[in-house]
Amino acid sequence: MSTKQISVFLENRPGKLSELTSLLAANDIDLRALSLAETNDFGIARMIVDDAEKAADILARANFMASFSDVLVFEVPDEPGGLNRLLTEFNRADVNIIYMYSFIGGRDKRRAYMIFRVSDTSGAERALSLAGLHTLTQKEMDAI
Amino acid sequence: MERYYQPEIECAPREEIVRLQSERLVKQIRRVYDNVSYYRKKMEEKGVTPDDIKGIEDLYKLPFLSKYDLRDAYPYGLLGAPLGDCVRIHSTSGTTGKRVIAFYTQHDIDLWDDCCARALVAAGATRDDVCQVAYGYGLFTGGFGLNGGSHKVGCLTVPISSGNTDRQIMFIQDLNATVLCCTPSYAAYLGERMKELGMGPDDIPLKAGIFGAEAWSEEMRQNIQSTLGIKAYDIYGLTELSGPGVAFECSDQHGMHINEDHFIAEIIDPDTGEVLPEGETGELVITAVDKEAFPMIRYRTRDICSLTREKCPCGRTHVRMSKPKGRTDDMLIIRGVNVFPSQIETVLLNYGYEPNYLIVVDRVNNTDTFEVRVEMTPGMFTDNIGDIQARQNALSAGLQSMLGIRAKVTLLAPKSITRSEGKAVRVIDNRKI
Repeated sequence: MSTKQISVFLENRPGKLSELTSLLAANDIDLRALSLAETNDFGIARMIVDDAEKAADILARANFMASFSDVLVFEVPDEPGGLNRLLTEFNRADVNIIYMYSFIGGRDKRRAYMIFRVSDTSGAERALSLAGLHTLTQKEMDAI
Repeated sequence: MERYYQPEIECAPREEIVRLQSERLVKQIRRVYDNVSYYRKKMEEKGVTPDDIKGIEDLYKLPFLSKYDLRDAYPYGLLGAPLGDCVRIHSTSGTTGKRVIAFYTQHDIDLWDDCCARALVAAGATRDDVCQVAYGYGLFTGGFGLNGGSHKVGCLTVPISSGNTDRQIMFIQDLNATVLCCTPSYAAYLGERMKELGMGPDDIPLKAGIFGAEAWSEEMRQNIQSTLGIKAYDIYGLTELSGPGVAFECSDQHGMHINEDHFIAEIIDPDTGEVLPEGETGELVITAVDKEAFPMIRYRTRDICSLTREKCPCGRTHVRMSKPKGRTDDMLIIRGVNVFPSQIETVLLNYGYEPNYLIVVDRVNNTDTFEVRVEMTPGMFTDNIGDIQARQNALSAGLQSMLGIRAKVTLLAPKSITRSEGKAVRVIDNRKI
């Protein structure tokens, strides 16, 4: 099962990111994971939040430009070789990664979570589940 | 069926128009020579007297009048009628130099209103229409000009003036407004606001719009026509020459008919002042042949366009001017290349952007920097940096092929550029030259 990620366009000027985070804070939206991609001119904040629909609505009303995409989240043991084992499976299943980011923590401190944006989300899901890998559902994400 | 406000004039045979122009010109030159010392002095400097002007074929003998003359003669120096006969003034915003104050007698107001009425009827307005005038009322000519024309046609006139966009939409809906008059940038903004409110063209009764006071592109017309579900007509004018209504578009939407019974048009080479043959592009020069209070003779408009006397399918016989690319005042010279904001607008709309943009020019280390900032639409945004960069590069290439110089393209989030209710600010030029 894939998870909804919200990406937000950020103009490259001071205060833009905190404008975003304070908007989320004011509306009680919890950030589960966040990654920033940047160029010289603009940035994109990619986030997984506890209530994606609500977040999208609030962002639109505040004139933030946002888009949804499906990402795959995997739990990885926080130990040497943990990520490598996962990526070996990706390789075998011929999954092309566009970008990825991680977050560590949650209640179980020994676990890390990897978020993947791949070129063919449902194809990748199928291939990886055949290889015995489990992607986290939205519900499981929320429970972390 | 094409309808006209004054068919006997609008569709008069060419020779009749020329005869009328000549007759009025001769009288007008005699009048300004006798009454306006500023004109008399200019004519004397050029060695021309009223006796030398026997018809429009002698027009070329007369001196040009430019905005510098208006500045020098400010405020009363070009007054052609006693102040006691004047009933109103209008004024320019003064953004491109000294403010111009234009005077009107009742006769001048009447002829101006007639010109605007012709434009409204050409756009399909009748006495059964409701005409919402969302141009600013006041010193600006837009509001009062179209207001007067709308009265002459007999439309129910809604003098709402500019601003308060949600109220504009409410009035359009509640009063069944069928004709809208405002600047093209404000029309585009109305459309944008309607979309935000979840409204489409079918939710409003508008059928036509008359949009002027700004140079706008053909692509902008398509944009407005589809978002508002109307036919969008251009109208041309300058405060110096009354205001809107010097020329207007007919149903053919292929150039604007100049009201030749009141205005004689010439195209000149802006550098040499030489009159150019029909069809060539140059600066539009207008002579107002029967305005009393502010009689402009061979006034250099600084607008770049061309003229055609080819037969128009609408039946009007008056000469047509092409959509001006912009006023020479608005023209930017960037790294030695002439750039009109309307050219940039054309490229942006062709690439799917909305007409919300800003052109920023500066000079760094003696080289001009040239940046085009434009808002993305929500549908353009993806989580992929590469997609957005590809968009940026494509637009930059499009601008380069249109303008011949490189522009830095900066994509912005929606609503980051301030919307205008009147004339839009499109250019920030920070160069200190």
